[in-house]
Amino acid sequence: MEKVLMPKLGESVTEGTIEKWLVQPGDTVEEYDPICEVITDKVTAEVPSVYSGVVKELLVSEGETVEVGTSICMMETEDSSEPEKTDETDKVEKGQEEVPAEKEPAAQKSSNGRNKGRISPVVMRLAEENDIDLSTVSGSGFEGRITKKDILKTIENGPSEQKTQAEQTTSREEPPKTEGSTPSPAPAGQDKALAGEEIPVNGVRKAIANRMVQSSQEIPHAWLMMEVDATNLVNVRNSHKSDFKKQEGYNLTFFSFFVKAVAETLKDYPMLNSSWQGDKIVVNKDINVSIAVAGDDKLYVPVIRNADELSIKGIARQVSELAELGRKHKLTTAHMAGGTFTVNNTGAFGSVQSMGIINQPQAAILQVESIVKKPVIIDDMIAVRHMVNLCLSIDHRILDGLVAGQFLKAVKERIEAYSLEHTSIY
Amino acid sequence: MAKISYLQAIHQALDYEMGQDESVFVLGEDVGKKGGVFKVTAGLQEKYGELRCLDTPLAESNIVGTSIGAAMMGKRPVAEIQFADYILPATNQILSEAAKIRYRSNNDWNCPIVIRAPFGGGIHGALYHSQSVETLFTSTPGLKVVVPSTPADAKGLLISAIRDNDPVLFFEHKKAYRLLKEEVPEGDHTVPIGKADIKREGDDITVITYGLCVNYALQAAERLSKDGHEAEVLDLRTIYPLDKESIIKAASKTGKVLLVTEDNLEGSVISEVAAIIGENCLYDLDAPIMRLAGPDVPSMPYAPPMEDFFMVNPDKIEAKMKELAEH
Repeated sequence: MEKVLMPKLGESVTEGTIEKWLVQPGDTVEEYDPICEVITDKVTAEVPSVYSGVVKELLVSEGETVEVGTSICMMETEDSSEPEKTDETDKVEKGQEEVPAEKEPAAQKSSNGRNKGRISPVVMRLAEENDIDLSTVSGSGFEGRITKKDILKTIENGPSEQKTQAEQTTSREEPPKTEGSTPSPAPAGQDKALAGEEIPVNGVRKAIANRMVQSSQEIPHAWLMMEVDATNLVNVRNSHKSDFKKQEGYNLTFFSFFVKAVAETLKDYPMLNSSWQGDKIVVNKDINVSIAVAGDDKLYVPVIRNADELSIKGIARQVSELAELGRKHKLTTAHMAGGTFTVNNTGAFGSVQSMGIINQPQAAILQVESIVKKPVIIDDMIAVRHMVNLCLSIDHRILDGLVAGQFLKAVKERIEAYSLEHTSIY
Repeated sequence: MAKISYLQAIHQALDYEMGQDESVFVLGEDVGKKGGVFKVTAGLQEKYGELRCLDTPLAESNIVGTSIGAAMMGKRPVAEIQFADYILPATNQILSEAAKIRYRSNNDWNCPIVIRAPFGGGIHGALYHSQSVETLFTSTPGLKVVVPSTPADAKGLLISAIRDNDPVLFFEHKKAYRLLKEEVPEGDHTVPIGKADIKREGDDITVITYGLCVNYALQAAERLSKDGHEAEVLDLRTIYPLDKESIIKAASKTGKVLLVTEDNLEGSVISEVAAIIGENCLYDLDAPIMRLAGPDVPSMPYAPPMEDFFMVNPDKIEAKMKELAEH
């Protein structure tokens, strides 16, 4: 018997979630055959078998998160010899024991979300000792917090819900006296909205949630927006659009022009292309632009490597290919690793303003909004121009408003400088 | 019983102990002929003679060193450091010698000295006449550090300190000297060292403090009472070693704790009190532990508005109490 371990799927990754088993006990597997899909952060990867043999037992169930190096399944191989068996089964049992131990606290956590998590230790203890459901206690503390005195009162007088129920029924009984035909009041228990379908949070959704919470909690976000005249860009793109599609077979998107402008500007503002590493800021040499790609309910952030070295065509091609892979859920860890700055095409769904959450450890994220026709005053005359908002979220630990503003202004100038005469897409 | 001041209570304690125990003597700068800069020792030299009320040179190290030697030879010296701010030249004698004599002589020798020193601000004393220096000594096992908050406690604790067989630092808040007056038991009156005291009962919040801040906290508690919140006020009295049992009990009673000191916040006595509560009372806490202290700046400023900014006062305590009560 051989153990298959949870592989390390990328630097700084310490755990992975089994999203799906591709094999079942009894299946015969060749070396390098995929055996399961594992999710870490925003990446889904297939784990290849390291042995040829027969799958004996799956030790980790789907949706479960385990540390890198944990045994995830047992395989019978031709080489493995019998005498080791006792030793192995011992280890299998250990592996199984760990599983429920990890699951329990997680389940408890999810049910304790009330009161904004500000239930003080003494309130928690008194509630438990006296078997009181805290949702029945009304709080008199700051922002409705349940204080120790509140719960002591409840222990003495009984839960306040009974009181409010009584109040509600008396107040509700009054109207029928004047209007006899009103429908009977709903029972007090139905005050809350009816719960609908429950969607378990796991897999990519959970990874996204964790990343977002971590980013928004750790990074002091600052945000700014600039309005850019994209009329020339629209002209350039429209003049090449149909020929390009015919020649290259994929679309020449507006987004590619924006990515190009950002990548070039990052060269002049290396701090925007840096990353926060706890006690130091690392200024990245390569300009690797992450772009957000949605596939069904999942979000991927693949990377266009060395975007500053690519032509507009080169970028358009990568955007097209990565988006296609994303839609088919075929993006791998390799596609998503190494991004240094994110450009997000929020305009694609009509947004005109948004505040992006930074894809850490990056320093900033730029949201390209919808291009909208607007009346604009140029030289005291009103003109109709194609306008677009660029929204930049920055990590205020790394960057200050000044450099962020200068960067955004430089991007704006680059975009406004696109012209039929001077812009080559090849 | 007569109403006497904090200063008179200390004088009474010295007088009483010198009267009933011949081995007790007082030494310090200007304590004899002048009777001390605050007049704490006024008349003692006349009453007990030059040899039992000694004027010393301006050398704090010498005052404490002499005391240690005399104590080891069977005397019970009460040394006065004119201002607590001047105690620094004597710290080597206190920390390296007095505190360690019993330990390093394997219990063969001990060092029954008392070192009295007026401390604290709010009297326009500026940098070198306003400091709180207690934390210099509150991490040295072998020492006891006492800070009385009332005249009765001052008398009782000083008599206990003189009778104690180990070194005791006795810090007197100089603003309390003539501000605080109350009835003090006459004659033999002792208050145990190492025991905190509940100065006011209440069940909404607990205030733990020491020294003059106790009086301020009591004033604030009376005002807060009008808003319907009752504060328990625990006076530490001995700040080293701390009375853990009383601290735990008082903190657990209400679950909402405000710690107050006039000293700079970081690393202060109340930081240790907070640690004791954190270690022992987590499941009885109903709010984060709150602290009110002097700012972390080098010393008490001289300009009155700046001194007010630095000093803890009843208004500041009341505001914090209210915030905690409403948490």
